[in-house]
Amino acid sequence: MRELLRRPLFWSTLALLLLIALNTAVTPSFLSVRLQDGHLYGSLIDILRNGAPVLLVALGMTLVIATRGIDLSVGAVAAIAGAVACVYIAGSDRPAATSTVVSAVALAVGVCILLGLWNGFLVSVFGIQPIIATLVLMTAGRGLAMLITDGQITTVVNPAFKVLGAGFVATLPVAILIALAVFAVTAVLARRTALGMLIESVGINPEASRLAGVRARTITWTVYVFCAFCAGVAGLMIASNTSAADANNAGLWIELDAILAVVIGGTSLAGGKFSLLGTLVGAMFIQTLATTIPTIGIPAEANYLFKAVVVIAVCLLQSPRARAAFRSRRPVSTVKAGAA
Amino acid sequence: MTTSTSVTASPTFLDRVRTYSPPRRYLPVAATVALLIGMFGAGSLRYQGFADPQVVLNLFVDNAFLLVLGVGMTFVILTGGIDLSVGSVVALSTMIAASTLQAGWPAPVTIIAVLVSGTLLGTLMGLVIHYFEVQPFIASLAVMFLARGLCYLISVESIPIREGTFTAFAQGSVPLPGGYHVTPSVVVAVVVFAIGAWVLHMTRFGRTVYAVGGSESSAHLMGLRVAFVKVGVYTISGLCSALAGLLFAAYTLSGYSLHAVGMELDAIAAVVIGGTLLTGGRGLLLGTMFGVLLLGTIQTFISFDGTLSSWWTKISIGTLLLIFVVIQRLLTRRQN
Repeated sequence: MRELLRRPLFWSTLALLLLIALNTAVTPSFLSVRLQDGHLYGSLIDILRNGAPVLLVALGMTLVIATRGIDLSVGAVAAIAGAVACVYIAGSDRPAATSTVVSAVALAVGVCILLGLWNGFLVSVFGIQPIIATLVLMTAGRGLAMLITDGQITTVVNPAFKVLGAGFVATLPVAILIALAVFAVTAVLARRTALGMLIESVGINPEASRLAGVRARTITWTVYVFCAFCAGVAGLMIASNTSAADANNAGLWIELDAILAVVIGGTSLAGGKFSLLGTLVGAMFIQTLATTIPTIGIPAEANYLFKAVVVIAVCLLQSPRARAAFRSRRPVSTVKAGAA
Repeated sequence: MTTSTSVTASPTFLDRVRTYSPPRRYLPVAATVALLIGMFGAGSLRYQGFADPQVVLNLFVDNAFLLVLGVGMTFVILTGGIDLSVGSVVALSTMIAASTLQAGWPAPVTIIAVLVSGTLLGTLMGLVIHYFEVQPFIASLAVMFLARGLCYLISVESIPIREGTFTAFAQGSVPLPGGYHVTPSVVVAVVVFAIGAWVLHMTRFGRTVYAVGGSESSAHLMGLRVAFVKVGVYTISGLCSALAGLLFAAYTLSGYSLHAVGMELDAIAAVVIGGTLLTGGRGLLLGTMFGVLLLGTIQTFISFDGTLSSWWTKISIGTLLLIFVVIQRLLTRRQN
């Protein structure tokens, strides 16, 4: 019974370990991590570093999904964040100074918070379905990013900005440290305060929570702002890693990877419960999968196929019908899925 | 409304015109048409040659595949579902068509192979959505990944199409009276639209689509074939996507795994702008056609202007989507 309760995390962790074992079998040096010039190098470190943006976006997405919502605009928000920062740095008087980067990052994060406020406004005040409300920004967002960069791929040369995505602090990549820091803060806020429970209660029934004295609207609004904030930081990492803002391709399909990570992590898309640790495992699983596929000799682009197989498998495992079959009991009367 | 019939004095024609309000379900479509006319009026005032009938016909020529996609998407959205896989299935169809033609298959066999694979993908998706109660959003997301992955497995490179039937279809021209012309793909799209409209508005299947979108459990209690219709709409969407893929393959004369990225959003936007409620149950196929035309008009506007960049297309589609979603929201709120 206890194992049944823990099943989602159990299965995703098992899948991640299996992937790592497969990689180690194909490339024996996979697990080795070496210290070079005071930086840690190795496949595992690469996975962590490249997975940091997905992990960040997935963190925000977890909370949004916990309120029974979804945020499709994160990829566009990430692109906008990169565009704002790069254009600001490129256009400033001292494009190589650290202080320029600080204000650029602040400006980009500020813009993302505004976008989050916008999404949250549409969802919580106007009451538009989340998938549609965020579809608006998903469609228009990349156009906005193009508008900011004037249709160019804006490149910047700034050592301080480079640190964000490709730098190292205390032998570890900065991207990982930032992602883990946000993860830790979120975990503490969600699990050591009542916030997590309030989010879950809104996800189960916003109206009932409101009547019970929970500020449902504020909570819904906040999670969208948080999600956009995470997406913005992820976008800055991506832009910093490539030293460029590519409005068309930065964070392309990251929303789908993030949703995938959340679902693999055992958070139900129907809202009402979430697992941050599961999301962490899910994000790492996706990144490891992306690394594994070229390693075992399949074209890297085919990882969409594998992701599809994973999504279908996870959904079938989560589906009430399949679960009922597991327990060999008749399905309880089913409620029509809310967000569609 | 019913009490007003007891009024003895019969209203004059003017009164009737003055107090006429169209049935609420036509309001969103009427808004779309008004916007379309307004944009064309503005365009023809600003740019020379904008009001040329050939420009209108070119809207159909350039968006024939989008219209076909929109027909399938309307069915899905009317049941309260959503299909994110259509763009990828279009890409997959172009890939299957291009690679089989390259392998020397005759064109009819290729066409059948494409249509069957698209339909099968749609049916599978429908089965998963209905019988495993997976949310349409996530199931079609999986199929979206699946179709893209299959594209890359076929080839990472773009494959040109040089087969005779396809090139003849692509270069063909259907003359219309007055010296105007359209392409054969427009004919296909209009036929698909007509069949779609007939199925949706004239058959039992179509009425069940509306019933399922209105309330699935009520439809079930009424003894309607909910399972058949729910799987059916995704099958239709898959078939439409495959057909749109064939049209797209003829339009670009190539198969490429990066074709039609984001086209599912255009299709959804067209349906929404056409006045179909995303919660299902209300909407007209005609609205979708106007939605497609409106998206096409935006593009025409931008290409006529020359100073506006192409990314304004995305921004204006997003803005329109927002406006129509808000209109929908206000309409449904007032109804409740």
